[in-house]
Parts: sequence; structure tokens; C-alpha cells
Amino acid sequence: MKSESNDLNQTIDEPITAVSIDSKKHQPAGLYLHGYGDFIFANLLRLFALALVLMLAAIGFFLYHAARPSIAASGLNFFIENDWDPIKERFGIPAVLYGTLVSSFIAIMLASPLSIGVALFITQIAPRSISTLLSSLVEMLAIIPSVVYGLWGIFVLAPWLRETVEPFLGHYLGFIPLFQGPISGVGMLTAGLILAIMITPTISSILREVFLAVPAAHKESALALGFTRWEMMSYAILKSCKKGIAGAVILGMGRALGETMAVTMVIGNKNEISASLFAPATTMASIIANEYSEATDDIHLAALIEVGLILLAVTFIINTLARLLIFRNQSRSHNK
Amino acid sequence: MKDQANFWMSKQEQRHYQIRKSYSYGMHTALVVATLLVLAPLCSILGYVIFKGAPGFNLDFFTQLPKPVGESGGGMANAILGSFTLIGLAALVGIPWGLGVGLYLSEYGKQRSLFTNIVRFSIDTLASLPSIIIGLFIYAAVVRSMGRFSAIAGGLALSLLMVPIIARTSEELLSMIPMHTREAGLALGLPRWKVILWIILKGSLAPLSTGVILALARIAGETAPLLFTAFNNQYWQSGLDQPIASIPAQIFNYATSPFDDWHNQAWTAAFLLVIIVMLLNLTTKFILRTRRA
Repeated sequence: MKSESNDLNQTIDEPITAVSIDSKKHQPAGLYLHGYGDFIFANLLRLFALALVLMLAAIGFFLYHAARPSIAASGLNFFIENDWDPIKERFGIPAVLYGTLVSSFIAIMLASPLSIGVALFITQIAPRSISTLLSSLVEMLAIIPSVVYGLWGIFVLAPWLRETVEPFLGHYLGFIPLFQGPISGVGMLTAGLILAIMITPTISSILREVFLAVPAAHKESALALGFTRWEMMSYAILKSCKKGIAGAVILGMGRALGETMAVTMVIGNKNEISASLFAPATTMASIIANEYSEATDDIHLAALIEVGLILLAVTFIINTLARLLIFRNQSRSHNK
Repeated sequence: MKDQANFWMSKQEQRHYQIRKSYSYGMHTALVVATLLVLAPLCSILGYVIFKGAPGFNLDFFTQLPKPVGESGGGMANAILGSFTLIGLAALVGIPWGLGVGLYLSEYGKQRSLFTNIVRFSIDTLASLPSIIIGLFIYAAVVRSMGRFSAIAGGLALSLLMVPIIARTSEELLSMIPMHTREAGLALGLPRWKVILWIILKGSLAPLSTGVILALARIAGETAPLLFTAFNNQYWQSGLDQPIASIPAQIFNYATSPFDDWHNQAWTAAFLLVIIVMLLNLTTKFILRTRRA
């Protein structure tokens, strides 16, 4: 198969004519046009592909260019000085980074075990009819738009947390600084929770594929050795899919870091580092979405775009890492 | 089972086996609980969207402009039209571009060269970028040079979100077409570009449309990239170079406002949006199923 396609590709670079090469002189003009047609068409498609690559480069370039005033003004202090004050034109993002990391961390801690559970249930336990139903239900979570999550977060999740969950946590776990302080319903915990809901389908759908790639022989031999079903799952599947699981979780993390609308709507948008998870906070994406309309002076705008540039760099690195983990894992199992 | 086990298991082993077994059952229960925990928010979201959104689903909602603060009533006609305009603009750019890249990779990119690897890497990267980054990019590249927010900028931002989805799905689908289909066309004396357009592309329009529809469903709900490109508008848009309203942006505005009337409208808009997105997704399932059958 492979050699066939190679041959085909080689011949195709030259114009294909129905008549043999020797009689080129006597070819009707239409056949020459065929050759040009191929040339034009192939290069047109190549141009589309090239444009895509250039677009990616352009994203980095334009963001860098637009962020330059801020980079020049703040320098490294951008990362160090915890002071975001558009009026005094002082910009520093430690609180923003903190908010981004903590909210994503909460999301990952909640979403990973749940996603592993769902993926295991769908692939290993549930009968076929239920598992297809479950897959499409989980898929539905992925297709609900972010802004609808935000709407639900404001009017359903936040009040629930304010009236039920946070008082409970404050009462029983209040000795930990994480669960102290005034309760408002909007804040880090709410954002983390809504992110967890949003990234669960991402993680679990990748995990489903990773788990399905485990050869049946591995599972059967585990069972034949007298493993219980859970032991089979933990030894034959979870342990052998470590890399795939790590990749899926990191990919979920990448999504959580850049998620904008839902987080902006429930995190409270306050630029402070607070030990309490009940306190409002802000993330890289939410500060951009929240302040772009107030950003009238250039330096403020440039600072926001610099935040975007950092977000771009972080998600780029994280996603590349995740893809390396998943791709290697899967290609190895395919080879077997 | 138990009697059989007695032959080859001592009492102690039996107890050990019982513990392992109950542990296994315990973990099974945990997996079921995890699944239910994941589905709970889905039920809650869908339930609230339907019960709070459906009552406002009337003719006014589809035909009226938003009323100023304080007056009740009004609808989202401009946002609905705006959303479709934006999606149309995005499709105009995104579909040919995405299909072109997908075709290139499946028809000319079979051999892994450096360039095709870079293209594939770019697709993956573009697909995984947060949509707000795309919005910022269009803001920096288009909005600034045009001097104002516009429907065109919004459409461009959305089209960039479509391209990787369409390119990826179309490459996957097209490379499943057996090589001899192409060879048959070539053997008839057709030039390669005609084979690609009239045999490969035309023969797989239905499955290709699923990728396109999925991409449309994805961008229909996008808000973040629209904030700094299409912005928003409380009136009918006067031109494609003007700010334009959209359903998601309107939901965001209304949800973060302090007015109850607007909150209800936001729920109704969310209901509409969820219906649109779900319908689009169901369509792809339907297309795939009819083809398989």
C-alpha cells in the first residue's frame, strides 16, 4: 500500500498525460492544460496549508508587537511586582498567575479522578448500549457553550455554593486557611468547580480512546491470572496507560488555563492573592475579558495583550507536552 | 462457586479473596458514583436552561430589538441575525480554507515531509489555543488597523477557530478513501485535480459535511473571541464594517447585568443557543448513521 502511494506521488509531480511522453509535440492543447491544472491546484492547496502555518506565526508576532509598549515599560517586573493599577500605569501579574494556577489546579484535582472513573466505567463496565448513551451524554457536556456554563454558574452554582457548600466547608474545615473568610459564592472555588465540569469531557474522551487502545489480551490474561475486575483495571489498564493519562490531564489543564467566559462570570475578578478559596480572584483569561472595555490608554491595553501573550506561550508549551505524551503512547500501542 | 473454591483455597485464602472481591465491588460502585457526579451538572444545566429559558420563547424574542433598561419586553432579533451573519462570514472563509488544508494533507501529504509535519503541528496547536487568544490576535491585526470593531473582524476570528476542526476531520475522512479509487480516476486519463475535486471530494461530501457542521456548532457558542472583534450592538447592524450583536455576547451582557428582566432573556437566549448547538451535533450523528447503514 505504502509503496503504491509513493509511486503515485512521484508521478504526479509531473503532468499526467494520456499520451506517452514521446508524442508530446502532437498533444492537443487540452492535455497541456491538464498539466497546468495539476500544478495550479496542488500549489493552491499548498498555499492554504502554508497560510495556516503563517497564521500561527502571525498570532505570535502580532501579540508580541501589540504588547511591546508594556514589555518595554514593565520588563521583568511584570512577573514580580504584585500591583495592577491601570491609573498609575503599574502592571504586575503575580496575583493573576496565582489565580490562574490555583483555579486550574482545583479543576484538575476534581476532574481527573472523575474523568478516569467515567472513562473506566464506559469502556470496561457498562454494557454496550449504556456506554454509547453515556458517551454521548458526556459529549453533550463538551458542546454546551462556555457562556451558558457561566450563566448557570452565576444563577445556580454560585448561590448553591454560597448557601450550602461554603458554609459547610467553613464550619467543618474552617481551621484550614483555605476555607476561611467571608463567603460570597463567587470566587476561586466556584471557578475551579465550573472549570472541573468543563474539562471533564475533554479528559474523559481522550482517556476513553487511550483505554480502548489497551490490547484485549492484556486484560484477559490479567483476569485469567485470577485478578478481580478492579485489579485488572488498575494493573492492566491504569498502570499501562500512565503516559496517556498524564497527557489527557495536561490537555485538560491547557483547556482550563485558557477558559474565559465561564470563569470571568463566576470568579469575582479581584486582583488579589488570598489564601481563602472563597475569596474572589482573577485569571489571565478573565482579566483580559473583564478589562478590555475599560482599557482606554495604550499601555493598559498593551499590558492586557502581554497577559494574552503569556497565556499563548503557556498553553502552547502545555499542549505540545500533552500531545507528545498521548501521541507516543498511542502510536506505540498501535504498532503492537 | 463457593463450594468449588473450597477445594483449592484455605480458609485464610478464602477470606483474602472475599476482601479482594468486595474491594473490587467497592471500586465498581465508586466508578458508578463518579459517572453520576459527572452527569449531575449536565442534568442541572439542561434543566435550568429549559425551565428558565422556555417561558420566554415567544415571537417577540425573535422579532423585537432589545428594549432600553427599565422597559420590559423586547427581544433579541438583532443578536439572532447577527449570530447568523457572523457564522456565515466565518463559514465563507473557514470552510474553503479548512477543506483546502485537509485536502492538501490527505492528497499531497501522505509522505511525511518536514512541511506536512509542520502543517499538522500547526493544526493541532491552533485547535488547542484558547479562543480568547484568537480574539486578541484579530483585535491586534484587524480591529486596530480598521479603527473599529466590526462584523468582519468577528467573522475572521470565528473562521480561525473553524479551520483546524475542518482540516483535521477532512484529512481523517479523506485518507480513509482507498487508493484505488484515485487510481481508477487517473487511469481514465483524468488529471489529478479533477480526480480530487470530482471523485474524492464529491464522493465524500456527506461525511465531510459532518466536520463542517461540528465546526459551526463550536463557533456558534463562542463568546470570548467576539468580545474584542465584533463587540456588541443593541440595534440592527448597519454594515459589515460595524459592530454586530450576537447571541453569546448578548447572554454575557445580560447575565452580568443587575436586571431580572435581562436575566430571563439571557436564559431564553441560552435555551436557543443550546438548541442550535445540539441540533447541529445531532445532524452530524444522523449523517454518519445513515451512511453507515
